[in-house]
Amino acid sequence: MTASTETAPASRRSWEGWGHRLGAQRGLLIAAAIFILMFAYYGYMQPVGLSSNVINTAANKGVLLALVAMAQTLPVLTGGIDLSVGTIFVLTNCLASNIVHGDPLMTALGIIGVLVAGSLCGAVNGLIVVYGRLQPIIVTIATSAVYFGLALWLRPQPGGSVNPEFADLMTRSTYWVPSSIILIVVVVLVVWLPFRRSVIGRAAYAVGSSEQAAYMSGVAIGRAKFTAYTLAGLLSSIAGLSLTALTYTGEARAALSADYTLNSIAAVVIGGTSLFGGSGSAIGSIFGAFVMRTVGDLLFVLDMNPVLQPLFVGIVLLFAVSLGSLRLLRIKNKLDLYR
Amino acid sequence: MNAALGPLKLDKATIIAFGCIVLLLALGALYDPNFLSADYLLQQLLTASFLGVIATGMMLVILLGHIDLSIPWTIAMGGMMATASTGFFGDTVGTIAAVPFGIFAGVLVGLVNGIGVAYLRAPSMIFTLGMNAVAQGLMVFHTGGFSPQDAVTPFMRQLVVGHLVPGVANPVLIWLVLGIVTVFVLTRTSLGRQIYAIGNRERAVFLSGVNTRRVLVVCFVICGACAAFGGVLLSGWANRSFQAMGDPYLLPTIAAVVLGGTAVLGGRGSYLGTVAGVILITLLQSILSVVQPQYFLADLGLKTPPETIRQIVFGIVIVGMMLIYGRERLSR
Repeated sequence: MTASTETAPASRRSWEGWGHRLGAQRGLLIAAAIFILMFAYYGYMQPVGLSSNVINTAANKGVLLALVAMAQTLPVLTGGIDLSVGTIFVLTNCLASNIVHGDPLMTALGIIGVLVAGSLCGAVNGLIVVYGRLQPIIVTIATSAVYFGLALWLRPQPGGSVNPEFADLMTRSTYWVPSSIILIVVVVLVVWLPFRRSVIGRAAYAVGSSEQAAYMSGVAIGRAKFTAYTLAGLLSSIAGLSLTALTYTGEARAALSADYTLNSIAAVVIGGTSLFGGSGSAIGSIFGAFVMRTVGDLLFVLDMNPVLQPLFVGIVLLFAVSLGSLRLLRIKNKLDLYR
Repeated sequence: MNAALGPLKLDKATIIAFGCIVLLLALGALYDPNFLSADYLLQQLLTASFLGVIATGMMLVILLGHIDLSIPWTIAMGGMMATASTGFFGDTVGTIAAVPFGIFAGVLVGLVNGIGVAYLRAPSMIFTLGMNAVAQGLMVFHTGGFSPQDAVTPFMRQLVVGHLVPGVANPVLIWLVLGIVTVFVLTRTSLGRQIYAIGNRERAVFLSGVNTRRVLVVCFVICGACAAFGGVLLSGWANRSFQAMGDPYLLPTIAAVVLGGTAVLGGRGSYLGTVAGVILITLLQSILSVVQPQYFLADLGLKTPPETIRQIVFGIVIVGMMLIYGRERLSR
């Protein structure tokens, strides 16, 4: 920066632009750096090294949470929360184990059906939040009960099947590149970036930072929230589809949905998205999710006592949350501590 | 704010919630008159009192505009620590200390929650979530490290199945006392006023010279203590303590508080409403499991597991009731 102040104003402006951009992405960059360090160490500790198999297994596991965490990011950006992402994930898993099989055409129709079902669940959340004017946390607690009921109806006992060729395509690794990583890149390119750059995406950020100000500036608040919740449903259903491809079965397990909902919130926070809304990105949440999953893997290769693992994961989570409190040191006016 | 002024002044939400309770009982009675028998009602009141004790602490935290997602494992911790007390302190001291030790574990969880939310200014939703994971980790370590003692002491058993006042089960009595104390604190003490005020605007309360952070810590500690005490009662009821015993209680607790008219963003709500919400949720779950509507649907050719209907009705009732009285104002 010091060099740039001496040179021409144009280059200085571009420098400041970069500084600002990096600053806005700080959460994402920190999460990515932590993940790369952790994963490199994980690979170093692996007896076989970072073989394509090791990478593929880690990617398949991580992508499920990464997709659910991306889903969670959208409502959080608008200042809301979606506690039903985990149940939509489980519900679409149960649905996929029922309809994604048969010949290629039937499989394709089944996949579309699963994605539509997930989007519908999200849309219902969005409609109730926008037109019912209820708090998102209550709405999604209630709808998650309904979705879980439907999942149980579709799959009272674990089971079902999935087109094996489709499942293999989703979970294999070609030239060291796991399909699941390709999937998440495609999702980023096709769902997240267009949303981020659209007027509605900007509106979602605006609503999250100040709904009042957004309303005053004529932002379409309702449309932004509705889109955020609907896309959250869609992304959760992609995760549900991936889970079915990974396990070849559907299972309506309450613990699974709770685990994914809670971990998705943690991944969103680690990825640098503010739970108060208005700042952050779904790409940060992807790295946040991978960090969460790598912690578990690391404990495994480090040979930690298995009964200590849940405790350690909890402490890591608390520590990550408390890191945010460092900003308190910079607050000069004590009044800024309070809402 | 009217609801805060007098414990007996009814607000709209409380009236509707009590109305729904009467409606539920009337519908149940059409199916089977036994729903109105004193035995059944007392039994439901007993079941409700566990949820009621847990929801009391949660209500204080929600009134502040926060939430405590750590209660599932705080409940389990309360139960498991109470039963493990004899293992820690020996038979004589352990038996006496069982219940206080269980509650003390909950106090510690609440204290960490409170410090995280009040002093570190971490969002309560994620901090308490982390604390839930830590409590879970501690309990897994506790049971995995050595063989745990999970039998309840005779006093804990008596606390649940006994009748100090003839005809009224002890948990109901405990809930009643706890409720009276809570109503008194909320409506007659400065702490109560501060809780409501912080829920409306913490900054204003700070400027009027209140140590708001201390109030936050106190409420989180009470919430942890209530959850742990609920865990103690639940393990007395089940005659043992076990992991994941608190898991089915998180959503009903939040739902009960919110259905009772407490604003989920804080600042508004009456304890009587929470009582109504707790009874409503308990009755709903009970009636759905007794009436078994899946058989009616099976006659129509729709095969459904009973849990499906329970979950769907549960969700629809919450949304439906909130649509009646929980809506926010339009943005202006």
